Amino acid sequence: MTAESRPPLLDVRALEFAYPAGGLSTANGRFGLGPLTFDVYGREFLAIIGPNGCGKSTLLRLLAGLLKPARGTVQYAGGEVSSLPARERARHIAVVRQEAPLVFSMTVEQFLMLGRYAYAEAFGFESRKDCEMARAAMEVTQTCSLANRRMDEISGGERQRVVLARALAQEPQLLLLDEPTANLDLSFQLEMLRLIRRLASEQGMGLVAVMHEVNLASEFADYILLLRGGRMFRHGSPKDVLTAGALEEVYGVPVRVDWNPASGRPHVTVMATASL
Amino acid sequence: MLGGGVLLAALVALILGSVTLTPGEIWSAITNPNSTLGVILFGVRLPRVVLALLVGASLSLAGACYQALLRNPLADPYVLGISSGAALGVIMSLLLVPRWTGGTPLAGLLGALLTTAVVYLLGYRRGRISGQSLLLAGVIVASFLSAVIVFLMTALGTRDLRSTAFWLMGDLGLFPGIPLPWLFLAVLGAGALAYRFAPELNLLLAGEEEAASMGVDVPRAKLAVYVAASALTAVAVAAAGSIGFVGLLVPHIVRLLFGNDYRLLLPGSALTGAILLVAADTAARTVAAPTELPVGAFTAVAGAPLFIYLLRRRSSE
Repeated sequence: MTAESRPPLLDVRALEFAYPAGGLSTANGRFGLGPLTFDVYGREFLAIIGPNGCGKSTLLRLLAGLLKPARGTVQYAGGEVSSLPARERARHIAVVRQEAPLVFSMTVEQFLMLGRYAYAEAFGFESRKDCEMARAAMEVTQTCSLANRRMDEISGGERQRVVLARALAQEPQLLLLDEPTANLDLSFQLEMLRLIRRLASEQGMGLVAVMHEVNLASEFADYILLLRGGRMFRHGSPKDVLTAGALEEVYGVPVRVDWNPASGRPHVTVMATASL
Repeated sequence: MLGGGVLLAALVALILGSVTLTPGEIWSAITNPNSTLGVILFGVRLPRVVLALLVGASLSLAGACYQALLRNPLADPYVLGISSGAALGVIMSLLLVPRWTGGTPLAGLLGALLTTAVVYLLGYRRGRISGQSLLLAGVIVASFLSAVIVFLMTALGTRDLRSTAFWLMGDLGLFPGIPLPWLFLAVLGAGALAYRFAPELNLLLAGEEEAASMGVDVPRAKLAVYVAASALTAVAVAAAGSIGFVGLLVPHIVRLLFGNDYRLLLPGSALTGAILLVAADTAARTVAAPTELPVGAFTAVAGAPLFIYLLRRRSSE
């Protein structure tokens, strides 16, 4: 069955957004995003790349339903995400972000249980099912040994995996990630991306990740969305998007694109030295 | 355990006072409620102990709520100036409609809600709440409101001045115009509303966007808890003036004992706050007997050093 014969998980049509004047803004005053049109299917990994301030994180918030589009639609399984009841939305879409430190600490296990909120009964403490799902999420992310540690005592890499585990405890069909590899060392970066790739292929999840590392996006993503100034510059497979011409125009630095001999995917080298 | 503590503290508070009662005297007071001892026990001490229990529980619940809403461990109704806002509302109602006793807590509620909104807006910088600017806003608002209160107090005339000054410092000895059962129902209602949102408060600790993405209707939860916390503050202030630091101290004690899960923290804070305020009030009544000290002075003496300790520990992290 080809991807196109199933309905998309996420259907973005002519999406536009602008922060009101006086809020977060770029140098030219108002910040505009869009119009953007694209789909995300189950089992697919879409990477969103682009220079700082191009609207990547704003786009992710719109996909998560945390912001309302000014124009156009963001539909999940036929419903507008920003209009879905928050609980209902949280059972389908989970977000993994760089989170601020907790004001009051809690254990890793308690932190994971927060992800079960959307399934909780009023006044209820955790059910057996909640504990099973949290346990499963810890196994997948290899965080079982951390269960009784406090969130403020674990390392940045462990924390990142715990945040992912909490998102998985929501049993989502669509996982949105904001720079999932930030603060991780080389081996953790690979481990994290392999893990979410596996989730996509084994559990049929759709993945959308905002990424800075162009080469990691190239290796792991099925599709790449290259943004410039809030507009879609290119959208397609890594091979189609990551060309020297496109990257030089968007990032303004000279690059060379060749191929990673291990995977045959594009590999980007910035042709610059430390001297100006 | 805490329930037993409440009973014990209440019992001790009933016995101690400017006249200390023996168990035998208490028994005779119970069997003969119209005797002098009976009047002391049921007419004076019991209502005061119940008032202290209710006010202590209200302030502690309100403090725990504000700490989660503002994601700041230093938040409490007193530090944020919300007690001052409620006090201003109460004084305004005493000046403008002195005969309408039911209006006193309502005016307090209005003052508390408005002050919460003002402090929140002042603490808002570049789209997010900063803990430092929020505390600063609270301190500034509190001193501004205190100045306004002083102006208004001169208009009250000398007869009410001393009692109003005592009330402002926090005093459980002046009976409120509000009957105790009403007070109890108000605290119960607002406390239940806050407890209904305990799971949401847990998620809000992780951040508002995080809570929203995990399924919390954030505007609804915040509005409900703000109303509950402001109502608790207003009831406490209308009944006993601005008693400081209880709302700050008590949730932290409970955090140390039971952790940060709001499903335990809220009831734990209510009970611990009730115990501590009864204890503080008993001390305030007996230390300089027969003169009674305002209980607010007592809690401030104990609470201010703890506040500084928390502030220093936080800034060293």
